[in-house]
Amino acid sequence: MITLHWLYALAGAMFAAFALLSALDRAHGKRFGNAAFWGLMALSLLGGDQIGDFGNGLLVLGLAGLAGFGFIGRSHPPTTSDAEREGWSQQLRNKLFLPALIIPATALIGTLAYNYTALGSTGWIEPKRETYVFLGLGVLFALAAIFAWLRPPAVAPLQEGRRLIDAIGWAAVLPQMLASLGVLFAAAGVGDSIGFLTRSVIPEGSVFETVAVFGLGMAIFTMVMGNAFAAFPVMAAAIGVPLLIQGYGGDPAVVGAIGMLAGFCGTLMTPMAANFNLVPAALLELKDQYGVIRAQVATALPLLLINILLIYWLAFR
Amino acid sequence: MINYWPLIGIALVVIGFALKMNPMLVVTASAIVTGLIAGMDLHEVISTFGKAFNDNRIIAIVWIVLPVIGLLERFGLQQRAAAVIRNLKSATTGRLLILYLVYRQITAAIGLHSTAGHPQTVRPLVAPMALAAAEKQHGELTENEAEKVKAYAAATDNVGLFFGEDIFFAIGSIVLIQQILAGYGYNLAPLELALWAIPSAICAFLIHSTRLLLIDRKLGRRGQ
Repeated sequence: MITLHWLYALAGAMFAAFALLSALDRAHGKRFGNAAFWGLMALSLLGGDQIGDFGNGLLVLGLAGLAGFGFIGRSHPPTTSDAEREGWSQQLRNKLFLPALIIPATALIGTLAYNYTALGSTGWIEPKRETYVFLGLGVLFALAAIFAWLRPPAVAPLQEGRRLIDAIGWAAVLPQMLASLGVLFAAAGVGDSIGFLTRSVIPEGSVFETVAVFGLGMAIFTMVMGNAFAAFPVMAAAIGVPLLIQGYGGDPAVVGAIGMLAGFCGTLMTPMAANFNLVPAALLELKDQYGVIRAQVATALPLLLINILLIYWLAFR
Repeated sequence: MINYWPLIGIALVVIGFALKMNPMLVVTASAIVTGLIAGMDLHEVISTFGKAFNDNRIIAIVWIVLPVIGLLERFGLQQRAAAVIRNLKSATTGRLLILYLVYRQITAAIGLHSTAGHPQTVRPLVAPMALAAAEKQHGELTENEAEKVKAYAAATDNVGLFFGEDIFFAIGSIVLIQQILAGYGYNLAPLELALWAIPSAICAFLIHSTRLLLIDRKLGRRGQ
């Protein structure tokens, strides 16, 4: 059966190659820092299950230290110039989109086929992970197609991949760090404290104000934790279930579904949701690391208000 | 008596992000402080942090698309994406991003949320197309304007994803809602929860696409 570990191995091999190419890049001022950083990522993906919890912890401290004290930096591996790219673009025309579409198409068709045809009953992929597996397959298909068609130098995909990952830098690892921080927050009982705090500001007897505190609490706690999944159990326990559903007789499906979406409005406004907000800023090479958040606030705030109103109108019909 | 000590970890994060300190250090410091407050010793804190990092490796998988994206950029993919938009007479940044918003919401709503995203589609295609549309309509962009167009391209991906995915009943958040509420004795069908995500999805589309159309006007107004 194809499990996630196959994909970890694929990604780990890629990061190992990034590390090796970094170490060999004499033009790169921080080449050993980058080599160590991506080397640790490779170790995590390839050997994370062998080095023990404490070993993984030290690995994470290493990543944080390398990134936090400026030991990693951008690289300039050999690639084509803007003029050459313009030339290729005119020569290859729209056929150039085809390899780019192989990845989403493989993921899309593969997922649909696996879930809705006999293909899925063979059980050759770890349950619920088929989209990731087809994503990985799509990457391999796309690479094969590009090599067959355009014949780039053999090391080109790794050098071009390194160019991009170095442009993203530590932001590529931050989402995983934040997810881990969430685990420690939970262990320390952050949720209980927040739940108690929110409850202390609710006035007796006002359905609307209780809904408003529930919605705002979902959004704010999501902003703090970076993840609506962490906020939902806390807000459900503090307000959603005891007050809105049991106290005022609200429809649990509405309170649950739209409450979660109120949390998503918070996700749009927080750097803690790094993979949605900070990573794209790095990926698009924005000067302002909070640029994506700034573009989202004016969508998120009115939408939060609407979600609160929707809970009020729909849950208490 | 409620314990407020655990909130110190949150305060550290908020202060660190506000001061624009390196997030990797901020997060690590907050994790260690939070763990110590929770009564763990240092060894236990580091082990817990490491185990959680290892359990979340799935987050790192998406980077395997980078070699393909980089290779296509080498052969002018961004330039090609921009050229296509220049040839479309009626393309504007706003209309283009609205189209992407619809695409993202619909694919996410049928469970195909992992098929698009910032590395897979926004950097190689959506952002260069949005920039080309803005330049075609309004001429050379200033650096701030280019930043803004790119930021809106990323924002559109997020809004489309967040307010599309919950319409799909087999997504993590729906399962989570169902599990939590089942714990209180409310047994809901995932489909029932997913249906209630539709009104918010429609509102999200209306609000965000209005803002996208306003971008066109804002870019058009400058210099007048």
